[in-house]
Amino acid sequence: MRLLTHNMLASNARGASTGYPLKLQVVKWTTKEAEPNADFLRGMLPKLDWAALVAATHSLGLPGLLPESPPTDAELSADGAADDEGSALRRLHRALLEIHIEEGTLVCPDTERCFPISKGVPNMLLHEDEVRN
Amino acid sequence: MAGGDSAAVSAVEGRLSELSTNSEEKGLPRRGKSSSGRTLNTAQIQLVASHPEVYEPCDDSFALVDALLSDKAQLLTLKPRLCMEIGCGSGYVITSLAIMLRQLGSGTQYLATDINQHAVETTQATLEAHGVHADVIATDIVSGLEKRLHGLVDVVVVNPPYVPTPEEEIECNGIASSWAGGLNGRQVIDRILPAVRELLSERGWLYMIALEDNDPLDICHLMNEKGYASRVLLKRCTEEESLYVLKFWQDAASGTNASHAARSPRSESSWLSQLPFKSLWHKNA
Ligand SMILES: C[S@@+](CC[C@H](N)C(=O)[O-])C[C@H]1O[C@@H](n2cnc3c(N)ncnc32)[C@H](O)[C@@H]1O
Repeated sequence: MRLLTHNMLASNARGASTGYPLKLQVVKWTTKEAEPNADFLRGMLPKLDWAALVAATHSLGLPGLLPESPPTDAELSADGAADDEGSALRRLHRALLEIHIEEGTLVCPDTERCFPISKGVPNMLLHEDEVRN
Repeated sequence: MAGGDSAAVSAVEGRLSELSTNSEEKGLPRRGKSSSGRTLNTAQIQLVASHPEVYEPCDDSFALVDALLSDKAQLLTLKPRLCMEIGCGSGYVITSLAIMLRQLGSGTQYLATDINQHAVETTQATLEAHGVHADVIATDIVSGLEKRLHGLVDVVVVNPPYVPTPEEEIECNGIASSWAGGLNGRQVIDRILPAVRELLSERGWLYMIALEDNDPLDICHLMNEKGYASRVLLKRCTEEESLYVLKFWQDAASGTNASHAARSPRSESSWLSQLPFKSLWHKNA
C-alpha cells in the first residue's frame, strides 16, 4: 500500500465518527522507483488531505520529505522539476507513489481498532457486529 | 477513434437477447494461449498466482479482459487517473488492465479490493509476477474508500459473484463467496452498483460482467434511472452460461426526457439497438 491509498482510506468501525485519518504504524517499508507524472500529481493535489499525508511521512521517519503546506501548481509544473531530485514534484511523487508500506498497522483515530498491513495489503475487514451502522 | 465516442451513444441499448454486439461468440474462449497480441496485452496465465480458496481465471474473467481489450483505444484516450477492480480474485483482470494501459505510466494508478484474504495475497503475487502495481485492499466491496474516493475513480471493473444460489451461501467464507450471488445472482451486484456510482468520476466508466439469469436489462434500467447509459460490449455463450460484459457511463440524457435524435448513431450495432430500448425507456419515464 502506498500513501496515496492511505490518504483515501478510512475506518468504518462501529463508534468511529470520521475514522480518518488512520494512524500509521510502520514496521517495514520499501521504495520502488517510478517515472513521475506531473499531470497525475497536479490532478490529485486538490483531492489530497495534505495534513494526513504529511503526518504519514512523519510516521515513516521522513519529516523533511514534504513541506507543511501543499506545493502550488506552478511549483509542480516548473521546468526541469521531473529531473531535479529535490523539486516539489519529485518529493510529492516519492511520498505518494514510490513508498510502499509492507508491514504495519493502521489505527482508527476514533476507536483504536487496528487494521493490520501484511505483505503490503491492509486488511480493513470488520466482523458484522463491528461495522458502523 | 475518440474515446468520448462511445459516450455519445445515449441510454440503455436494446433488448439484450436481440442485441447485436461488438463481438458475439459461441463456444469456449481461448484460454489465454492464443494470439501473441493477447499475451502482450494481458496477464499471462502461467504467471497468474493461485490458491485453493481463490477463484481461478475462467470464462468470465477472459470475457471481461477481452471486452477491455476491445475498448483499449478508448481507455488510452480517456487516460484514467484511477482505475479500480472490485473482487479481484487471482488478480488476472486488474493485472491485464495495468498491462494494457502500461503506456500511461504513473499517470494511471490502480486499486483492487476483495473480501477474501487469500485473494488479495494472490492478486498481489500476480501483479508482482508481471511487474505492474496496484494497491490491494482486503475489504467488503469498497468499504473504507467510499468517502475520500467519492467521484475520483475513472474506471471500475467488476466480475462479481453472480451465480444464483441460496442466500446463505453468500455468507460463506472462502471459495463459495467467489460465485455465490444469492437470489437471481443479484445480491452482491445490487450492493456493488450504488457503491460504484459513489466512486465514479463524471467521466468515469464501469465495466461489469452479468449473466442472463441476473437480468442484465433490469441492471441497465436501474443504472439508467440513476443517470447512466450503457451498452453491451461483449456477449459470449458457453455451455453453461450466457455472459455479458456491460459498460456504463454517466449520461446527461439518461433519466430525463432529452432527445436522442440529435445524437448521431455511431455504429450499426448501437443504432439498431437504440430502437427497442426507446419504447422501454418511455414506459419508464
Ligand atoms: C467471480 S470472482 C472474480 C475474480 C476475478 N476478478 C476474475 O475475474 O477472475 C468474484 C470475486 O469477488 C470477490 N467478492 C465476493 N464478494 C465480495 C465483496 N462483498 N467484496 C469484495 N469482493 C467480493 C470474491 O472473493 C471473488 O474473488
